[in-house]
Amino acid sequence: MALLEIDDLRVTYRASSGDMPAVRGVTLSVATGETVGIAGESGCGKSTLASTVLRLQPKNAEVGGTVLLDGQDVQTMRWGHLRAMRWNDAAIVFQGALHSLNPVQRIGDQIAEPIRLHDASVSKAQAAARVGELLEQVGLPSARAAAYPHQLSGGQKQRIMIALALACRPRLIVADEPTTALDVMVQAQVLDLLTDLVHDLGLGLLLISHDLSVLGTTCDRVLVMYAGRVVEEGPADRLFDHPLHPYGGALAAAFPRVGDPVARFAPIGLPGDPPDPRDLPPGCAFHPRCALGTDICTRTDPALEPLGIDRQVACLHADEGRDMKLLLAQRVAQRSQERLAQRAEATS
Amino acid sequence: MTPGTRDLLSARQLHVTFPGRGGRPDAKGVDGVDLDVESGEILALVGESGCGKTTLARSLLGLEKPSGGEVSYDGSSLAYDTRSLRSYRRRVQLVMQDPSGALNPRHSVYESVAEGLRIHRVVDAKRTAGEQVTETELVSRALSQAGLRPPERFFLNYPHELSGGQRQRVVIAGALAVEPEVIVADEPVSSLDASIRGEILALLLKLRDELGLSVLVVTHDLGLAWNIADRIAVMYLGRIVEVGTTEEVLSSPRHPYTRALLSVVPEIDQIEPIVLHGETPDPTRMPSGCRFHPRCPALLDGTAAEAGIEADCTSRQLPVLTAGGDHRAACWLPGRL
Repeated sequence: MALLEIDDLRVTYRASSGDMPAVRGVTLSVATGETVGIAGESGCGKSTLASTVLRLQPKNAEVGGTVLLDGQDVQTMRWGHLRAMRWNDAAIVFQGALHSLNPVQRIGDQIAEPIRLHDASVSKAQAAARVGELLEQVGLPSARAAAYPHQLSGGQKQRIMIALALACRPRLIVADEPTTALDVMVQAQVLDLLTDLVHDLGLGLLLISHDLSVLGTTCDRVLVMYAGRVVEEGPADRLFDHPLHPYGGALAAAFPRVGDPVARFAPIGLPGDPPDPRDLPPGCAFHPRCALGTDICTRTDPALEPLGIDRQVACLHADEGRDMKLLLAQRVAQRSQERLAQRAEATS
Repeated sequence: MTPGTRDLLSARQLHVTFPGRGGRPDAKGVDGVDLDVESGEILALVGESGCGKTTLARSLLGLEKPSGGEVSYDGSSLAYDTRSLRSYRRRVQLVMQDPSGALNPRHSVYESVAEGLRIHRVVDAKRTAGEQVTETELVSRALSQAGLRPPERFFLNYPHELSGGQRQRVVIAGALAVEPEVIVADEPVSSLDASIRGEILALLLKLRDELGLSVLVVTHDLGLAWNIADRIAVMYLGRIVEVGTTEEVLSSPRHPYTRALLSVVPEIDQIEPIVLHGETPDPTRMPSGCRFHPRCPALLDGTAAEAGIEADCTSRQLPVLTAGGDHRAACWLPGRL
């Protein structure tokens, strides 16, 4: 049994202005020692999905399907039981974590709080010792426990958030955009830290990001979400190098390989905006922005189907197994060639 | 339009120092920088947070008065009286990092874009010059140049009704409206989704090609630089440590710091990642010698000792890299300077 098993999860926000389906049938599992990534742009439902893992979704959200944490149904269990599972079995590092520390409390006290709340037998001194241990685990000197958040840099605050998530020795960590506000060097440090923790403590990690290149290097498997659905799933490195869905291709191409002549003066973007979940286009939800869309895409909504041994994709045009990143790049390359020629002419 | 023929915006021996409060030493945000932005080029200024790249950009915009050295524009040095600054700012415009924060939530798109036109009295100036234009025409033109078409459809929208990409286009339209010659874009895509990123970068390229704009992009993202920049200047702790064309700097980096930055870009798996420990050091306490030496991998792994320059690294000051010319790095290792 996997640590986390989500089966056909559906989340709809009820509002007076109409129902908004945020997650429309997602199935995934995370095993011990495994890192699973979820990629997608804002509004695709990835943060809503994360919130259901510990039943943190807002009151107006109606949840269908099942979320099993350690084999127990999170969405239907008794409140007291759920409260005991939060922090102890799974913990979440939220997006914008840099602003979620209390500015007027020492960080040591903030980390000790969940430890003592979840186990009344822990004395103050024992909690302080555990805080020191946690800080060292995330690569900070234990003396930093006396610091206030404003005395720490962005990378250090992110380490504190990870130490907090580890406080009650959970087996699953959900990290929602843990490196988005950080710059490259600090991002590399934080990702290294997460990878080491997964390895050393045998954690399960669900990593959420819009940056497919980050997921490609840290995860075992990646799911790409679009408009509340998984449109592509596969081993992380292969999905990043050879995406099979045009949307996966666009996400992968957004972060070019430095030195790749195809990407020079040819940034690849995706025209248009994500659809309004209240008013999804008919057929495949991605077709209005798709470079390969044909007539049939406007009528048929493709299901997620296996392709090859370990890949799944929801696209009517994916059957040939073409590399969508390459395909997009070729389209833009011509534009780039023209631009370079123009510039050469202008310079000479 | 011929790119690279003329230095439009230049900094010479630029220093920006922030006085320390309560007896603390001064912070040297920019500590001796020579830099040229040529007409029609896209220059990327890259570095970690806290390296002084935003301070440098602000002083080039005239928002920060340098404590030493000078900024010059089109051959004449920048004066800091209100009048000269106003006319300067019409020619050099800023595009900010976070489009949601840069737009007034209670101003419609039209008002946001027209604000600059009104401040700089662009319509009056054009009429005096004999050009018959209305404010509405100029706002429409700026919006469609920024890729919001048809522009009239967006006039009455408020920022909350727009997507992140559209907001960033409105911010860019606001800068374009006053017809600048240089745009300084501070992390133009870092707060945007991956899918929109490419579209905004393509827009910057298009503006350069079609309007002949020069663009200074401040970023920590080397992939972005590879996508659009002609040249790159790498900044570390108040100084430019490496400068050259994008191909030179990213394909054969000379400075150990540039190498480290490149090695941690997630897409590059050919190079063994060199994760530097610690964060950018403190600008109030500059290390002696080369300012990168406390974190330098070349000093740690013995490369510097082999070359017999260890003493130079820790105690001998490096010269300021001069602007223009070839690919150079501020490093004592042989053949780098």
